Amino acid sequence: MPAKAEEVVFSAEIRRSKKMSDNQLLEVIERYLNGEMKADERKKFELLRKENAEVDGKVVEHKLFTNLLKQYGERVELESRLNAIHDEIDVHTLKENLMVHPVWIVQLWRNHHSKISVAASVAIFAVLSALLFTGKLNNNDSSKIVELKNKVDRLDRSNTNLSRSINAIKSEKGKPVADRYSASATGFAITSGGLIATNYHVVDGVNAVSVQSASGITYKAEVLYSEPQHDIAILKITDKSFEPLGTIPYTFKRAESNLAEQISTYGYPDGYPAYVPGSLSSLFGQNGDTLHYKVTMPINPGNSGGPLWDSKGNVIGITDSKEAHIEGEHFAIKAKYLLDAIKNIPADSLDSKIVLSKKNTLAGLTEAQKAAKAKNFVFMVKVY
Amino acid sequence: MSKQLKDSTPTDSEVILGILNNSESALKRLYTAYFPMVLQLIINNNGNVDDAKDIYQEAIIVLYNKVKAGDFELSSKLKTYIYSICRRLWLKRLTQINRYGGDIRDFQEYLPIEEDEAEQHNDRNVQFVKMESALQLLGEPCKTIMEDFYIHNRSMQDICERFGYTNADNAKTQKYKCLQRLKKLFFQQK
Repeated sequence: MPAKAEEVVFSAEIRRSKKMSDNQLLEVIERYLNGEMKADERKKFELLRKENAEVDGKVVEHKLFTNLLKQYGERVELESRLNAIHDEIDVHTLKENLMVHPVWIVQLWRNHHSKISVAASVAIFAVLSALLFTGKLNNNDSSKIVELKNKVDRLDRSNTNLSRSINAIKSEKGKPVADRYSASATGFAITSGGLIATNYHVVDGVNAVSVQSASGITYKAEVLYSEPQHDIAILKITDKSFEPLGTIPYTFKRAESNLAEQISTYGYPDGYPAYVPGSLSSLFGQNGDTLHYKVTMPINPGNSGGPLWDSKGNVIGITDSKEAHIEGEHFAIKAKYLLDAIKNIPADSLDSKIVLSKKNTLAGLTEAQKAAKAKNFVFMVKVY
Repeated sequence: MSKQLKDSTPTDSEVILGILNNSESALKRLYTAYFPMVLQLIINNNGNVDDAKDIYQEAIIVLYNKVKAGDFELSSKLKTYIYSICRRLWLKRLTQINRYGGDIRDFQEYLPIEEDEAEQHNDRNVQFVKMESALQLLGEPCKTIMEDFYIHNRSMQDICERFGYTNADNAKTQKYKCLQRLKKLFFQQK
């Protein structure tokens, strides 16, 4: 009983510990933790801890914190001991002995890799630029463009020239024998007055040119203007027997055409007229050039210089040349370049100003009707 | 001759007894015995001499604490244990500094070291770093009072004399204030 009373008194005392400063409580806690309390005081304090969660919390916190501080001190001390030991070790010599020395080539690389990299970059750059300047990087070798000209070969042509001059000497009249042209291609009328568009490569280096109409009449012609860089040539029919054509039924479309557009061409692939449909497969030519469209259509040698129509009958390009290695893939020069070429024709070489057709009478017709209507404006170009 | 013997590698039980007995010479022999092995590991795996010192001391501290705490069971050679701890710590460090290339050149056999063993050690290091900076921020004379009383177990009487407090109550009040501030500084840190 007396013990009980005493406990109550102690508790009250500690409760007063609210008033008693935290400072004093801490002292009690420290005495408790350090085991400086007498047995009965200790008992009372433990009872208080059980009753009073706040006091208990403080005891735990204080214990943890002072332990940490103590351990921290020990750690600092241990570290300084270790450092003292460490300082006696000759680390440098040890390092020299323990470093695994890689084989000389690896060492060379480690020590000089930046220099080696720079040297290699310079070398690669030099090789690339040498290749570029010597033209080895142009794709001429790998994907050779076969021009669609129905070429019987330049040698053959010079042969003809030779025999022709022999004939001329023989007959003493200088009359060419028959109609022996060396190559044929296609051209199409851009004015009713006899201006014909074709490819420059068709007429490049030839002696004479003539065009043959759908009805089989051959007219003498001359190269009025050419733009080799765009592979465009404008011919002019000079034959006196040539009667002006009717109104050109198609128009020329300067704006870029649409991908996947249904297209067609009409031409003289083997010296005979042929209509060929296809589709516009790319707005870029070989290696992304913007001069050409890429077209998918089964055209043949001799289609060079033919008109490329879209589904509405606008001329969107000139059938140009064939990629050697990919079957069915061809190129066409965009009509924009043709229109520019027409604009560039020197005024003094023209009888009258060029007026292009502004009315498309092919639109809305069936393909068969289109072909029938347009064929009179597409010529076979024959070169000698 | 005797010096050479003394410098030679201590036996594993010598080391453990030495640590338990706070033997300075045992610690020194332990340290010098295995440092070259760890130096070799670190400098041949993208590290430098200072990295080797850090890692090795960390490993020695891990061993030291385990032995002191009485929960060290030697299941392999001490050498292998130390190597494995260092290897684990170094791999972790390499990953942290993004210098880990995916493989490590090994010079010894090693044991798999459990993740939480290293983690525990790491947590404690974090606490110590916090304590260190809290003590720095605390400033004098509090810092010395705290160190003297809680680390070096000096009596309040000693402290009283050192700092020239006229009576023990003043010193106690001062100590109390210092401790409150230290706790505050410690727990404020993230």
